[in-house]
Amino acid sequence: MEELKEELKGKIIEVLNLEDIEVSDINDDDSLFGDGLGLDSIDALELIVLLDKGYGIKLSDPKQGKAIFESINTMADFISKNRTK
Amino acid sequence: MKEKCFIRGIGVVSAQGIWRSDFFDEAVEITVSKAYAEQPSYKELIAPNMIRRMSKGIKMGIYAAQQALDEAGVSELDAVITGTGLGCLEDSEKFLKNVLDNDEEFLTPTSFIQSTHNTVGAQIALRLGCKAYNFTYVNGAVSFESALLDSLEQLQGGDAHSILVGGIDEISGHTFTLKQLIGEVKADDVQETIRTSNSAGVNYGEGATFFTLSHVSSVDSYAEVVDVCVQNRLDKEELADFVDRFLDVNKLDRSVISALVLGNSGDITYDHYFEELGKLFEDRVQLYYKHLYGHSDIASAFGMATAAYVLKEQSIPENIVWKAGKQIPLTYVLLYNQYKGRDHSLVLLKRS
Amino acid sequence: MSRGVGITGMGIVSAIGLSVEENLLALSQSRCGISRIDNFDTRHRDNVLVGEIKLSNRDLEDRIGLTKGHSLTRTGMLGILAARQALQQAELDLKDTSIRTGLISSTSVGGMDVTEKYFYAYMQDVELQHYIRSHDAGVSTQQIADDLGLRGAVTTISTACSSAANAIMLGARLIKSGRLDRVIVGGTDALSKFTLNGFNTLMILSDTYCRPFDQHRKGLNLGEAAAYLVLESEELIAKEEKTVLARVVGYGNANDAFHQTASSENGEGAFLAMQKAFAVGGIEPRQIDYINVHGTATPNNDLSEGRALLRAFGEKVPIFSSTKSFTGHTLAAAAAIEAVYSVLAIQEGMVFPNLHFETAMEEFDLIPQVDVLHKEIDYVLSNSFGFGGNCSTLILGR
Repeated sequence: MEELKEELKGKIIEVLNLEDIEVSDINDDDSLFGDGLGLDSIDALELIVLLDKGYGIKLSDPKQGKAIFESINTMADFISKNRTK
Repeated sequence: MKEKCFIRGIGVVSAQGIWRSDFFDEAVEITVSKAYAEQPSYKELIAPNMIRRMSKGIKMGIYAAQQALDEAGVSELDAVITGTGLGCLEDSEKFLKNVLDNDEEFLTPTSFIQSTHNTVGAQIALRLGCKAYNFTYVNGAVSFESALLDSLEQLQGGDAHSILVGGIDEISGHTFTLKQLIGEVKADDVQETIRTSNSAGVNYGEGATFFTLSHVSSVDSYAEVVDVCVQNRLDKEELADFVDRFLDVNKLDRSVISALVLGNSGDITYDHYFEELGKLFEDRVQLYYKHLYGHSDIASAFGMATAAYVLKEQSIPENIVWKAGKQIPLTYVLLYNQYKGRDHSLVLLKRS
Repeated sequence: MSRGVGITGMGIVSAIGLSVEENLLALSQSRCGISRIDNFDTRHRDNVLVGEIKLSNRDLEDRIGLTKGHSLTRTGMLGILAARQALQQAELDLKDTSIRTGLISSTSVGGMDVTEKYFYAYMQDVELQHYIRSHDAGVSTQQIADDLGLRGAVTTISTACSSAANAIMLGARLIKSGRLDRVIVGGTDALSKFTLNGFNTLMILSDTYCRPFDQHRKGLNLGEAAAYLVLESEELIAKEEKTVLARVVGYGNANDAFHQTASSENGEGAFLAMQKAFAVGGIEPRQIDYINVHGTATPNNDLSEGRALLRAFGEKVPIFSSTKSFTGHTLAAAAAIEAVYSVLAIQEGMVFPNLHFETAMEEFDLIPQVDVLHKEIDYVLSNSFGFGGNCSTLILGR
């Protein structure tokens, strides 16, 4: 699980081009949207593709993302339960 | 009573760097087929959460726009109007390649949403929180002139007091390989200047040029924009009539023009149009600018910056003289541009 | 109150017809033009519905009379078909160069339909290379002008999905200021893999018929179309004794300055655009008889636009419908085809229905017109909004 979380942080930084942020800057329970990392609706769509491409999980409704992408913890939890690759 | 239109501020990002007082002194003639813009630092200007998604064109546009606004000391705008020939090429090409290379799978939205031609104008508005009129013109070599015409209509008609107008075009990989393939852009191994050019095609230069226009002048104004016109097609034989009609509408004639600013691009198949126009003003000094900025659909915006600069300074840097002429005070400057015998434009500036 | 600028001709090709008459017939019979994609291969074929014009590129070439080796894209060909019709109805003689004539077109994809086919093939196949320059948005306009034999002020606007409204607006202004005597205005956009996949990444494409302003709307159906209108000055109309179909009375453009793609929650940009259009036209909101809403059927647009309508009209929002339920969202052409529909609404005294609507949205009490309604219409307000917060409103009048 810890490994997955680190991997996710790295991927998020890369995919979303978060230039000034390091893996160590993101805490597992930091909120990714709003006041936390400050991600927005476009980032959510990028993360949906990340789930599909990296872990074989397809979301059909962008609204599902809200709960899944709350923090690194919730994301890692969802991925570990639903991944197909 | 028609209101007027004054150039109050200029901003440029180009192969010669940004707009500054010694811009022309330090400028170096372009000899390569693709002249990339010298990028300034954007971090001071654009918030990190916005900049992370931005392509080069968006950043150049935002920078040049802010420079033009700062110089004019204007913050309230009635319109943001942009012109671009190729649009947000980097993002557009990136998304297209993803569609083709990944067979329509695993695509992400960022490059798509920034691929629309009005992205730069939109991002400028978003950054400034500007809810005013916002148009983008995309008509080849008259993209900027169309934006200028729109601005002039609004200022002269009294519908607007301050307008930000500008042009942006960026270089991107495969599209430019294709442009070289069909000879629109000179080949990589060709090293010609506009003056020494012996081939078709142009040395292309990317960049952004913006102006703050206002209905009132100030001591720092560069010049007044008197009029602009665009014409999709014109035979060489019709040039004289085209110019005379334009001057006539403004109740002027050829004798008032003290200098010409021509869009010579080094494309030997079409530069004769500029020669023909020069003949109409035989003894007047002829200036050029694409040897410093490179050619692009919106290079003529930089041509207007050049004309505005000489009107304000009342002196002409030697390195922009195409053909010398008689020494007279600079009052009216006429700009002429065309591309491949199409999309002709005239812009008339007056000392303010 | 200003009389506005006269419209003397119009032309249209869309998924519901290849002429003004065919479009009117489909609208009055509630016949929707949404289908599966047939003209190009895509892996999304079974997952999306579109407003496609059921003519292949070959069919279009034949209709226009093109010979082999031409460099027209689908966008250009659709544009030519529609512009020719407009010219014909207005009986324009473009040879008379003493009349200052312009063309203001708009497109979002330009020649992307060809570029996406040959992007890599160009490198090997010399035979295809004549298409390369057709990619640029402005070239489609050049090609339309050349086909019509038009020489004059020609330009192109690209502000995403509000483009054609802005072309119409600019045309009306250039006539009013006396810079032009007549101008052909409108827009054209072909369906392409590029836009289809683009909207797909935003997850706003519906896999069923789009249902604007419905609680259970799932997104938009993309479409393709072209439409052009001829605007002429008062003097010219009087001199040539032309019939005026309707008038461009008011217009306004504003920027939402909220987000690159999403509309603000309270529809600020849309509200401002409508306010400006009322001011320009010198008319009161209560004078509007019908609203042709932008109504893309995305969750975000309809909510934002609905709130803007409530702000602009108060509780008395006029009868409204989204004709995108017939044609799909035709991007840069959308405002042009909807301007044609608005003129038809005035001419025929008919409100065209908002198809597939079932359930009112929970956020407000706005219910679109679901059947054909016959009533006298003097003023139509038409909204069009695009990426980059670009919001435009046109008001057309009798």
